[in-house]
Amino acid sequence: MTTIGVLGLQGAIREHVRSIEACGKEAVIVKKPEQLEEVDGLILPGGESTTMRRLIDRYNFFEPLQQFGKAGKPIFGTCAGLILLASDIEGQNDAHLGLMDMTVARNAFGRQKESFEAPVEINGVAEDFEAVFIRAPYILEVKADTKVLGVYDGKIVAAKQGHLLATAFHPELTDDHRLVQHFVEMVDQANGNKLASV
Amino acid sequence: MSTSVGTNRVKRGMAEMQKGGVIMDVVNAEQAKIAESAGAVAVMALERVPSDIRAAGGVARMADPTVTEEVLNAVSIPVMAKARIGHIVEARVLEAMGADYIDESEVLTPADDIYHIDKNDFTVPFVCGCRNLGEALRRIGEGASMLRTKGEPGTGNIVEAVRHMREVQTQIRQVQSMAKDELMVYAKETGAPYELLLQVQEEGRLPVVNFAAGGIATPSDAALMMELGADGVFVGSGIFKSDNPEKFARSIVEATTHYQDYELIAKLSKDLGTAMPGLEMSSLQEQDRMQDRSE
Repeated sequence: MTTIGVLGLQGAIREHVRSIEACGKEAVIVKKPEQLEEVDGLILPGGESTTMRRLIDRYNFFEPLQQFGKAGKPIFGTCAGLILLASDIEGQNDAHLGLMDMTVARNAFGRQKESFEAPVEINGVAEDFEAVFIRAPYILEVKADTKVLGVYDGKIVAAKQGHLLATAFHPELTDDHRLVQHFVEMVDQANGNKLASV
Repeated sequence: MSTSVGTNRVKRGMAEMQKGGVIMDVVNAEQAKIAESAGAVAVMALERVPSDIRAAGGVARMADPTVTEEVLNAVSIPVMAKARIGHIVEARVLEAMGADYIDESEVLTPADDIYHIDKNDFTVPFVCGCRNLGEALRRIGEGASMLRTKGEPGTGNIVEAVRHMREVQTQIRQVQSMAKDELMVYAKETGAPYELLLQVQEEGRLPVVNFAAGGIATPSDAALMMELGADGVFVGSGIFKSDNPEKFARSIVEATTHYQDYELIAKLSKDLGTAMPGLEMSSLQEQDRMQDRSE
């Protein structure tokens, strides 16, 4: 059985668990680094990226998370999770996990009163995904082999690089599970490759 | 379907992102930065923390916009601000200034002793206080996107926060076991909108995020509120009225994340210095009980 973890430090954890279960997979809330060994893929949920980073550091999650990604295990970051994955953050010297080659801008659509929802086409996943943007970031630039999956108002809001997936919006706040389903397939595929290579 | 702002999903979603976190009261940029670097998920910009409001007496109003602006410019995490209950204009001013969330709060002196603000009419989301399920669902009916149990602000005494959280949780369980005809009478008795009671019955929880507030003074207090079912905690006077705010703030954040890791909480609670001085409930006069300022 494929098991997908949700980083359980802070944020919309329950909603992601619900999405994973709706896609027929087992969900685990990952609160300790050693739990990463039990999961085949990981979702970095929406929340406050600065808060999550503090907690990642304090609980020695940083190295294990980077190793997880570098080992080819799929990771899906939503909103704050996208910021954690990015190799470059506008206006900051240091990025966080730096696993995905892209530059992101934080709170790029403005403050909460500018937060919005809109339909977005996600390449190969959905034509009209109900995207909910909350104090959302966007991707200024994709680099290396990172591919743009979705654009809203000229801004990149979804991207993929191999086994890494990121969205500026919150699929977990809707009943539209197509993106999580897409991630589940990425995890199954990575698992299949692993089994094939043994 | 096209782009829309201020929808319930966007307003309630913002609170969902705060779950498992600590929201801290701050009165200036310096405190806001301490809160942010300690891992707060948001700050509440105020002119005075509740214990000072209590001590000062008189009418407590929305903070001077200079303070709110200073805090808005100091941090990248969301900034909340308080408006008086029923004070539509204070709320509009805060919305115009770009506050990320408005707390229609009993900590300030109510501007309207009967009506709350019609919050559905705003683009910015609101958080409101509650002591029981009826009050919680009335606020949601008016458009609150987030709740906090009231507790008794500025006392450093957790007993009222516990009472209110227990009350809400108990009533949710009662509602779950009721027949539909009983539910209508319950709606009448508690003043809760019937449609929202139906939703609570079906889902077994409140339709919006519910934090705990009012009296949290130690890491264990924060963990206790999480244990009782809070989605996160507000800490008002507790942090910046303690001996070592930085350490206190960090410890409360960690205790909230790992509220069932008791060895960790023991470690976090060591050498914290003195917590804020507390007030015994019986020492409060009836007119000093902030929680009773609104229904």
